[in-house]
Amino acid sequence: MLKMPLPDTAVLACRAEIVHALRQIVPGEGVIDDASELCAYESDGLTAYRTPPMVAVLPETTEQVVQVMRYCHSAGIKVVPRGAGTSLSGGALPLEDGVLLGMGKFKQVLEIDYVNRCAVVQPGVTNLAISHAVQERGFYYAPDPSSQIACTIGGNVGENSGGVHCLKYGLTTNNVIGLEMVTIDGEVLRLGGKHFDASGYDLLGVMVGSEGMLGVVTEVTVRILPKPPGARAVLIGFSTIEGAGDCVADIIATGIIPGGMEMMDKPATAAAEAFVHAGYPLDAEAVLIVELDGCEAEVDHLILAVEKIAGRHGASSTRVSQSDDERLLLWAGRKAAFPAVGRISPDYYCMDGTIPRKRIGEVLSRMRQMQDQYGLRVANVFHAGDGNLHPLILYDANQPGELDRAEAFGADILRLCVQVGGVLTGEHGVGVEKRDLMGTMFTEIDLNQQQRLKCAFDPQGLLNPGKMFPTLHRCAELGRVHVHAGQVRFPDLPRF
Amino acid sequence: MTVYRPADAAEAAEVIAAAAAERQPLELLAGGTKRGLGRPMRTSHSLDASRLSGVIDYDPPELQLTAHAATPMAQIESLLADNRQMLAFEPPDWRGLMGSHGTSTLGGVIACNLAGPRRVRAGAARDHILGFFGVNGRGESWKAGGKVVKNVTGYDLSKLQCGAYGTLSLLTQITVKVMPRPETVCSLLFRGLSDEAAIALSSQALNTPQEVSAAAHLPAAAARRSQVTAVADRSDTVTVFRLEGPTPSVISRLASLRAQLGGGEPLQADDSRLLWDEIGAVRPLLAAHNRCLWRLCPTPAAAPLVQQQVRAKLPSSEGFYDWGGGLLWLSIDAREAGADGGAQVVRNALRQAAGHATLILASDAVRTNVPVFQTLPAPLAALNQRVKYGFDPHGILNPGRMREDQ
Repeated sequence: MLKMPLPDTAVLACRAEIVHALRQIVPGEGVIDDASELCAYESDGLTAYRTPPMVAVLPETTEQVVQVMRYCHSAGIKVVPRGAGTSLSGGALPLEDGVLLGMGKFKQVLEIDYVNRCAVVQPGVTNLAISHAVQERGFYYAPDPSSQIACTIGGNVGENSGGVHCLKYGLTTNNVIGLEMVTIDGEVLRLGGKHFDASGYDLLGVMVGSEGMLGVVTEVTVRILPKPPGARAVLIGFSTIEGAGDCVADIIATGIIPGGMEMMDKPATAAAEAFVHAGYPLDAEAVLIVELDGCEAEVDHLILAVEKIAGRHGASSTRVSQSDDERLLLWAGRKAAFPAVGRISPDYYCMDGTIPRKRIGEVLSRMRQMQDQYGLRVANVFHAGDGNLHPLILYDANQPGELDRAEAFGADILRLCVQVGGVLTGEHGVGVEKRDLMGTMFTEIDLNQQQRLKCAFDPQGLLNPGKMFPTLHRCAELGRVHVHAGQVRFPDLPRF
Repeated sequence: MTVYRPADAAEAAEVIAAAAAERQPLELLAGGTKRGLGRPMRTSHSLDASRLSGVIDYDPPELQLTAHAATPMAQIESLLADNRQMLAFEPPDWRGLMGSHGTSTLGGVIACNLAGPRRVRAGAARDHILGFFGVNGRGESWKAGGKVVKNVTGYDLSKLQCGAYGTLSLLTQITVKVMPRPETVCSLLFRGLSDEAAIALSSQALNTPQEVSAAAHLPAAAARRSQVTAVADRSDTVTVFRLEGPTPSVISRLASLRAQLGGGEPLQADDSRLLWDEIGAVRPLLAAHNRCLWRLCPTPAAAPLVQQQVRAKLPSSEGFYDWGGGLLWLSIDAREAGADGGAQVVRNALRQAAGHATLILASDAVRTNVPVFQTLPAPLAALNQRVKYGFDPHGILNPGRMREDQ
């Protein structure tokens, strides 16, 4: 288990005073200090880690957020922002000596501007609610993380959430065009807007995916898109993982970017089929779902092309959806893969690495070897289009040592992802979960540079500390300048 | 004045570390084609990264390309074309615009966050960088991001380098996302629309599900300068939308778009390509002699009003619209624009529309005296300054290129 920073006893000693001060800012039930009520906030989607916060605050206005931040800043109190708490990496894990800032009351869609193709919403609006708000005019918001019914756009900004459609339509970062945020010292900043790009550094670009460590988002402007006129899905079974992997590479090399392209291995397919009865081929080693969207002429044209490519790579079965109901049925198993796996195992641990697609066969076979080593089974779902792999490690938390083994197995899988040229996390974020693995991908200099960005926003390190970085440095220490000019490696280079 | 030409990234780090130790500001460049962009700098030494050139890794099905930062764009684009791929953000060739001749490089495109007409659908350079290696102002080699298209490991410092004009780090190696090149392209052309009607129609076109990949409006003066006969021949305004994709799809969407917008003349593939190249390159469509040139990014629907307000004060101004109104180029007679290059008029006009205006072409004196990039509110400016400090504490990388203190 990972260690969080030790709580500041001086802060804990002032708890009553802090609660009182926060109540002056957010009246009524907006400040929660009752132990039983605080339990509701003790963890996010990474449920293996639990810590009730010192106090939870649920502001309703930007002005209240400003006041809370100013107060915490001046008193040296840590702040952990939280949306719906669906993070799978522990991004919203509270701190024992910290204020949990719940943004759930920021629930309004403020403006829908079809002429400029955007919507302005508060951060507590759920991902799916944005699409619902604009569907009457045939629009939608493209990123669709599988938690979209619950997760909020503010959390999506924090984690740069993806989903099954992001190869074609981009991640959160490509679909958010403006933000209002409050800094740790209570300044309200506007980044971007309805216009393209912005003057100055691309701070909007770094805010998205910053895991609540740079500021608190109070308003989000998102790009909305007209819905594609149609979509059809092809379900393809393969007798080998490699065949499925080659098929994916060939589809892309042919110049087709499907709306979605998902792969499941045999254990994941079996679990999903038992749950939704979609008619998945149970004898296949790998199942591929390829969705083509666009106008009818395009979808028909591309479906034929994909069928041909699948044939070339030894597809053992091919089924094209003949209606929208059938398309949704083909997706149902994939979309329910996590709960389906939940039915065949008391607990599962969901990983999130990205690999170069061409290494998929090799990575899955290495994972099979690791199963024996750890004595735990794995089911794999894979955003095959973009190489984002979600191994689900099955374990039983009631068996002593199994959680630790699952965590160690997961860490090994992520190291393997990095080893083959991939990365630690494709869409779930680093948070607490992958914090101590950052060194497998980055050098100390790389990580110090990341932390110097953090210092520019939050010099005292009060916003969501203990996440993302394995070692926390004080900003003063990082600001020191060490000159290495004495060590000359290229003596022939002309000197100043 | 010394020009350092490091042979590799390690030598580049050595040069920058030495410059940091001696507090010697450096101009960073490679092809130098966009050297005139931003505020004029007063550096006595420069680091020419031209030798950091060559494609390192390109695997078409992985949709990524990794190259040394000073790899010529021409080389990258021809390699991609051979594999029926492209950089989807359509980096424009600004050599004509900047009056420069050298070799445009990947690093320059990324550092300036360029984007062509497809910006409206596919994003800018910032949306296509996956990772990089670079050297910060301490002379430390560092990296961020990765080589895969989906990655949220750590802060997205790759985006931060886009549009930083080399003031945060020297980029030495860059990985970008690449996409399939569309099989067919065609455009749909409308004549005689006022600016207001054209931008309204653009919004309508972009809001259809026909996946319009570019939307521009050329007032009569700009249209007349086009090399495309069908655009130039009538001395009238031209509004144009582009469709791309598999052939059967483009044929079908073109028919749907014509039905939805009530007509329009199709422009065939070759003419379409030439026209969109001209729009990206800017220069062919605007008066060039002795002009100040502004690049405005207003809220798209407000663009015609901005143009009108500038014109009321500076009658010599002319321009054209791209990105469905989200990009407005304005060329103003330098004498009429005066000592501030028209900054006050342009930025006042933009105030209501929100967005930002950049002075792209003007004399060195004008670009020194007025903020080339839109001035930021004080708290945001201070944050930008702290970010700069975190990468380049001694202010030796392209100092003053973006702002007096950056």
